[in-house]
Amino acid sequence: MFARILPALALGLGLMAAPAPAAFAQIGGPVTGTPTNPAPPGFTAEDLELQKALQGGRIGGRISIPDEQAASLVQPMGRDWREFHNVTLAWIGGVAVLGMLAVIVLFYATKGRIRIDSGKSGRTIQRFNGIERAAHWMTASSFVVLALTGLNLTFGRHLVLPLIGSEAFATITLWGKFAHNYLSFAFALGIVVLFLAWVKDNIPNRTDVSWMKAGGGLLAAGHPAAGRFNAGQKMVFWITVIGGTAVAVSGYLLMFPFFFTDIAGQQLAHVVHGVIAVLMIAAMLGHIYIGSLGMEGAFDAMGSGQVDVNWAKEHHSLWVEEEMAKARATVHGPAGAKAAGAD
Amino acid sequence: MARMKFLCDSDRCIECNACVTACKNENEVPWGINRRRVVTLNDGKPGERSISMACMHCTDAPCAAVCPTACFYTTADAVVLHDKDTCIGCGYCFYACPFGAPQYPRVGNFGSRGKMDKCTYCAGGPQQDNTAVEYIQYGANRLAEGKLPLCAEMCSTKALLAGDGEMIATIYRERVQKRGYGSGAWGWRTAYKETITV
Repeated sequence: MFARILPALALGLGLMAAPAPAAFAQIGGPVTGTPTNPAPPGFTAEDLELQKALQGGRIGGRISIPDEQAASLVQPMGRDWREFHNVTLAWIGGVAVLGMLAVIVLFYATKGRIRIDSGKSGRTIQRFNGIERAAHWMTASSFVVLALTGLNLTFGRHLVLPLIGSEAFATITLWGKFAHNYLSFAFALGIVVLFLAWVKDNIPNRTDVSWMKAGGGLLAAGHPAAGRFNAGQKMVFWITVIGGTAVAVSGYLLMFPFFFTDIAGQQLAHVVHGVIAVLMIAAMLGHIYIGSLGMEGAFDAMGSGQVDVNWAKEHHSLWVEEEMAKARATVHGPAGAKAAGAD
Repeated sequence: MARMKFLCDSDRCIECNACVTACKNENEVPWGINRRRVVTLNDGKPGERSISMACMHCTDAPCAAVCPTACFYTTADAVVLHDKDTCIGCGYCFYACPFGAPQYPRVGNFGSRGKMDKCTYCAGGPQQDNTAVEYIQYGANRLAEGKLPLCAEMCSTKALLAGDGEMIATIYRERVQKRGYGSGAWGWRTAYKETITV
């Protein structure tokens, strides 16, 4: 199963664009029994089923009802998908989410909240405008609902159902399905807007290398220089854009069954969707922590949009310099006049 | 208690689709839903075979294993049924099912998947046996009346057998011994992890 998931994962992350069609072919496999690929003479049920169970592919044929998908007689890959959903995904999701929570708790316990070293200056600088914040919160709020309802589909049966009973659980899971389906459109739109708004500030550069070497200032003291977005935020940006696109595309393949793919394609889409979604949830837990409880002054960026100048100087020194330079360029005092502040 | 199974003798099936029609009529299955269907392998080639396929009521059913709301249950006769009141129409059972048995009416918002429907082995659902509410949601409950599924009962060539697994396996074995050939019990390896040796 892992050998089959890995190419799917790579495909979802956009790392291996070239071998992708091969990966699809392996998971689907040939359909034996159709006029183009007839079963060998003297075939028996046992032999064909065993062959398909071992080598992949389906037993199919021709059908006289309009639903062509019903022409698939036996598809043993359902067994692989079951193994993925019940075992592999549960492990990846459990380890990723609980592991990230453990790291956060450990970090908070040892390092505590990251304070503004020089204290609040009392003066603020605009970090995100209204459109950016609206797009962020639309994406974020829909993501939280999508994440909770998605986790519920994998873990709810074992964690929530025993607590509230099958009827209440079925009701919330049904509404969760509706929410998951419809909020996906808000999420997908948010991904597009965030990409357009921030891509120019998220291109990796040399500053990111030194930022990464300094561990982002998270583990040692001091603040490595950073532009509008530091390397950690750039990672969050690209996880959101690439991961979000992958979950959106794979999710729409599942929302419109047989519209774009057959049963094998839907199983692959679910594998991509599930794995990338739980990894994104883990990443976003870290993002949520550092943007709220984990760092003094960070939440203002997405709250009011106005951050304290001292916070900005410590965490985004290069960006503050740029903004200050821009601001100075707009001031045209008489020759020889000095600025009132010390900037 | 019996261990109920289906067995399609594909050397007898003539693709008349009477099983499909009988099922649709007996259970008032809505338009677009097929609890049973006939698939023809090697159509038009030597060795053509038709197989009538529906839910096989698997041992260790994959649908039940992956269902997010655990809406499936197995009856004392080993028939795999589900509760439509707790089904959410997510489609997971369809991904897992080897036989493509789960069907979804397009009744949700914008034609999304409604609650899953599948072969009940003519055994109704979780409601009180042979009540109107049971019939509307799940169709007939012939098993409670001491009858077998209508698809098998109506089969003109007796290709489709329904009943206790041991009993129908014996019938099939005797047939193969008498006529000297047989392409096996379709789906049995996948559904019950066993095959019929003659």
